[in-house]
Amino acid sequence: MLAIETDGLTKDYLVGFWRPRPYRALHDLTLAVEPGEVFGFLGPNGAGKSTAIKLLMQLIYPTAGHARILGRPVGDVDVRRRIGFLPENPTFYDYLTAEELLSYFASLFDIPAAERPARVARVLDEVGLGAERRMRLRSYSKGMVQRVGIAQAIINTPEVVFFDEPMSGLDPLGRRAIRQLMLGLRDRGCTVFFSSHILSDAEALCSKVAIVAQGRLAAGGRLTDIVGVEVLGWELVVDASPAALELVRPRARSVTALHEDRYTVDLPPEAPEAALQALTAAGARVVSLNPVRRTLEDFFVQHVAAAATREAPQ
Amino acid sequence: MSLGAIRKVAGAVFKESVRDRVPYSLVIFSVILMAASFLMSRLTAGQDFKVIKDLGLATMNAIGLLIAIFIGTGLVAKEVEKRSVYAVLAKPISRSSFLVGKYAGLVVTLAVNLAMMTVAFYLMLQYMAWTTDDWIKQGWRAPADDPRLLLAIGLIGVQLMLITAVALFFSTFSSPLLSMLLTLAVWVAGHFSADLRDFQAAVDSPAAAAVARALYYALPNLDPLDVKNEVVHGLPIAWPAVGLGVGSVLAYIGVLVGGAVLVFNRRDFK
Repeated sequence: MLAIETDGLTKDYLVGFWRPRPYRALHDLTLAVEPGEVFGFLGPNGAGKSTAIKLLMQLIYPTAGHARILGRPVGDVDVRRRIGFLPENPTFYDYLTAEELLSYFASLFDIPAAERPARVARVLDEVGLGAERRMRLRSYSKGMVQRVGIAQAIINTPEVVFFDEPMSGLDPLGRRAIRQLMLGLRDRGCTVFFSSHILSDAEALCSKVAIVAQGRLAAGGRLTDIVGVEVLGWELVVDASPAALELVRPRARSVTALHEDRYTVDLPPEAPEAALQALTAAGARVVSLNPVRRTLEDFFVQHVAAAATREAPQ
Repeated sequence: MSLGAIRKVAGAVFKESVRDRVPYSLVIFSVILMAASFLMSRLTAGQDFKVIKDLGLATMNAIGLLIAIFIGTGLVAKEVEKRSVYAVLAKPISRSSFLVGKYAGLVVTLAVNLAMMTVAFYLMLQYMAWTTDDWIKQGWRAPADDPRLLLAIGLIGVQLMLITAVALFFSTFSSPLLSMLLTLAVWVAGHFSADLRDFQAAVDSPAAAAVARALYYALPNLDPLDVKNEVVHGLPIAWPAVGLGVGSVLAYIGVLVGGAVLVFNRRDFK
């Protein structure tokens, strides 16, 4: 059984006041997400990511197609006992504390009253809000509200969790903590479906990705297939004199000065040993040598640009 | 629809509104108004109790109405606007349970507010009775702590339940400001029901008279629920009309909440 499946999911909105006409926000989205994987749903702003997630949460109804979560239709109230959801830029009830809000949400999952305080405390500790649990939400910063949002999404120990832009509003430390949390969820068997336009997060977390652009699925697949293992070149950073640098310049694709005697040398994919030997023999010091591989960003830019070209008016 | 879920949502609405100082500021304001009526009554020899009762009941009605309209119209619309509804509706709760829970929560809030105002009102009346000479009391047509006041207050409560349902209904598909205006319009029209019915006597246009009559049948009639005058002046109450009025308003509430559920169930939260 798939954790999440969509088949031809399409959503039109009516736009315009006097003469409303349909605008297709999502076109024929077909996805299959296996249980236990971290699935990145990527795309630029306005690509249709949030529309797809809202359809999965049945906050909006599809124009065509259908979706299932854990083998059940998305409209099934019971399936929501087994899922969690973090909306994009979440807001909650200003006058409640984080503890009260989570306790309220836990009650909606029928978590017994005796069990709730410990569960709420554990989850708030997990997102780093243990000390602020009794503060009213109106006094929280954007990042703290985001953490409450993540906490409420996992209060029921979900089997599938949907995070819509989970890193939004978080500082670098917060982002790292949430990345750890998402990997922890994966390790305990939870399927994590998250939307983002921050590719470094996707690259660090996902086993599979799908890229949407202009409301259509532009590309997708296993991250290992997308980024590949093939070495496209070498990035060499050296401290070298201009004379030593001249020895490798003919075989380099480019040489960029960083500061004083430090340079970045872009070498072709062939073995770099000869260049290294020539440089060290001339007294240069190698600072670093890294293989250049295809990144998720390259893949993303290629497919988003292709989608934009297809959709552009002729 | 689940009763348990309705109760939980209602509890959260109540907790939220207890923390929100606006309704309680209004309650304090109403107590001040009642106290002012107490001072004013001292200037009107022989009429003091009538003035206090009249102003007290009118204040409760007005403050309750303000709370019902201001909070009722924002009950759903603000949740949608602020998008706090997204996280709740992703939980195992149906949209209808959520909406009915919201309604029940505000009705409970109003009931508590009304109860607080009632206690303040009775305390003031008791104090007045205690400081009034017996020979003056003999001229009263109704005692200071007239239990019929509770009936008048209860009927104010029923009116507020209706206004809350109207506000909830409009807020499921229109903006808070428009909902406020429409709800206020229903309340005003509900108190001028007889005028709508007899509109043909005042105008020559048959079309206008037909529209007025259609509105008369479509809008709730709140007049039978307004027994303030009878209670204050110790007059008899038309019980059959009150009973029928309460029954029809409760049915109207059912229709409005049902209509709100139908609209809310089909709504896209963009």
